Amino acid sequence: MPFGNTHNKLKMSYSAEQEYPDLSQHNNHMAKVLTPEMYGNLRDKETPSGFTVDDVIQTGIDNPGHPFIMTVGCVAGDEETYEVFKELLDPIIEDRHGGYKPSDKHKTDLNPDNLVGGDDLDPNFVLSSRVRTGRSVRGFCLPPHCSRGERRAIENMAIESLASLDGDLNGQYYALKNMTDDEQQQLIDDHFLFDKPVSPLLLASGMGRDWPDGRGIWHNDGKTFLVWVNEEDHLRVISMQKGGNMKEVFHRFCTGLTKIESLFKDKGHEFMWNEHLGYVLTCPSNLGTGLRAGVHVKLPNMSKHEKFSEVLKRLRLQKRGTGGVDTAAVGGVFDISNADRLGFSEVELVQMVVDGVKTLVEMEKRLESGQSFNDLMPDQK
Amino acid sequence: MTKNCHNDYKMKFSEEEEFPDLSLHNNHMAKVLTKDMYKKLRSKSTPSGFTLDDCTQTGVDNPGHPFIMTVGCVAGDEECYDVFKDMFDPIISDRHGGYKPTDKHKTDLNFENLKGGDDLDPAYVLSSRVRTGRSIKGYTLPPHNSRGERRMVEKLSIEALATLDGEFKGKYYPLNAMTDAEQDQLIADHFLFDKPVSPLLLSAGMARDWPDARGIWHNDAKSFLVWVNEEDHLRVISMEKGGNMKEVFRRFCVGLQKIEEVFKKHNHGFMWNEHLGYVLTCPSNLGTGLRGGVHVKLPKLSTHAKFEEILTRLRLQKRGTGGVDTASVGGTFDISNADRLGSSEVEQVQMVVDGVKLMVEMEKKLEKGEAIDGMIPAQK
Repeated sequence: MPFGNTHNKLKMSYSAEQEYPDLSQHNNHMAKVLTPEMYGNLRDKETPSGFTVDDVIQTGIDNPGHPFIMTVGCVAGDEETYEVFKELLDPIIEDRHGGYKPSDKHKTDLNPDNLVGGDDLDPNFVLSSRVRTGRSVRGFCLPPHCSRGERRAIENMAIESLASLDGDLNGQYYALKNMTDDEQQQLIDDHFLFDKPVSPLLLASGMGRDWPDGRGIWHNDGKTFLVWVNEEDHLRVISMQKGGNMKEVFHRFCTGLTKIESLFKDKGHEFMWNEHLGYVLTCPSNLGTGLRAGVHVKLPNMSKHEKFSEVLKRLRLQKRGTGGVDTAAVGGVFDISNADRLGFSEVELVQMVVDGVKTLVEMEKRLESGQSFNDLMPDQK
Repeated sequence: MTKNCHNDYKMKFSEEEEFPDLSLHNNHMAKVLTKDMYKKLRSKSTPSGFTLDDCTQTGVDNPGHPFIMTVGCVAGDEECYDVFKDMFDPIISDRHGGYKPTDKHKTDLNFENLKGGDDLDPAYVLSSRVRTGRSIKGYTLPPHNSRGERRMVEKLSIEALATLDGEFKGKYYPLNAMTDAEQDQLIADHFLFDKPVSPLLLSAGMARDWPDARGIWHNDAKSFLVWVNEEDHLRVISMEKGGNMKEVFRRFCVGLQKIEEVFKKHNHGFMWNEHLGYVLTCPSNLGTGLRGGVHVKLPKLSTHAKFEEILTRLRLQKRGTGGVDTASVGGTFDISNADRLGSSEVEQVQMVVDGVKLMVEMEKKLEKGEAIDGMIPAQK
């Protein structure tokens, strides 16, 4: 694929120094970690499917830095990337995931009964609740590297599995390339439709190839459970609804996800998972749970307070604009979600969101009535 | 390594499963690529490792263009045109007026062979420009080249250009070391090329590692310009205000040949063969790689019912004044030769000179309210 000069055989006739990228203007995790020596060690390796270190890092070279967030600057092309290029990815994982060590173990907990509370976030402030994660199908290359045949096979598997969901998970699949105008408009109105990636972060890693072939959206009739096929990961699974009942959102999330996983297993396909990295996904930032649980919440006073960032940090939460990553907030409404992915279970992360948002809303109410919230300041979680 | 495809898993899938969906597509590649052809070529790669999927990715990702029929494929190295002949030959034939695999292309960079061209009416012809591309033998092309290769092309170019003197004495500005003042000046001069935004180029991988090893060289007089590592290894441009295409072409030929001599001395000739002429990244630029054109005011002629027909007969094409992919502004068009392969540099510039002269006369007639029917030329 023309997204890395990776399979360019002539490059090995140049020295590592001649090939080493210019990262002098760069501010991403890859640029902080990749030394010329490391590049020299890794540049002649490839995974069994043919992914090389140049493939891994191309997006980080082409995108020096991001105004809002510290980007990762590299992607995986297959499951083996994380092993073959450990030397590069382990320190990035450590940097990104709060000191997570190569010997650490990650725990998975998708039992929604373990979540305490979460059904009573104040809907005057919490406009909507959402939980998403990603899943990769073992044996296939990931979106930066997969061929059309692989991508279509993933789509077919997804269609078959999702077709057997029923009850409140009964739904329909909309292939991007066959969508009628009406279907498309409805999906846009529901805020479900994902577009061809425009983010240079994604495009530079080759995830836009062959668009819209093999891509689609499935959702249940209730429009509360949604699966994206072949966008940034093989599958993105999303549970969402208006208001603040995160408990219900998480319950549906766990139930649906577990059903889908067993349907895939029935057909002989498992998800990429290991006890060190948890669920294996395209972007190293999504390893572990791959989970982002968040709310759209009105915090017009809180967000202008000088301690806002500090509060978020202590609660292990992050803010985004209401358009998702890469966007800015509109009208004091923020997307607040867990900052962690790896080293904590799904239940633990959603618990942090539930407890943290509750605290933020209380602080907002204090500020509204002109009071201070100092007694509510949390310790660093 | 004996791998023949970058993604080694794809060979587990049949050609049917891997064949791209081209049902909504309208480009040369989509018209030509059949499942049988794909089956035959999918397991091959050039010595440097470029595959058919690499060639065609841009055409798969970009179904069509509102203004022009795009090619839909690129070369990653010189050998592509040979290893993937089955696909490139019919595309070349389609794009270059029926050019056959057995045809020979002639190169003529002797500017003295151009007749006239020094008197295009400057009241209409605002500027004149000739450009071409050159690829350096032994290096892969912009869709595929590694950073080491690209840097070497830059290094060789800097050395070669530094030897130029007289009217060609100039300076190189690497994109990654430009000061703000230099950048502003280059923009004001209309010299600066940006990181490609065209999805046609981006999908082909030509923006990788931007702006590493890209740069612009121009002479002190700002009439001769070389782009390094944009869409081709080198793009060579001669330009000036007004209608003296003869002078522009003279400078073009003289400068280009001086540059070629220096490269040859260092044992780096340009990619050229007697069938395809100069070998460039995009199949549309094979042959001369030459686009000779003017910015010309044709507000009346351009709205005439026969404008397109006239252009076709004169073997010219129109573009907006921002170049390819743009629309015209205020009745001012970029008019240039449509052909690249099968005719020489002199012949192509002659067509521009003669054709533009005629169109300006037509414009003048229309200004006076007269008909131009008697002036419509025969098909060249």
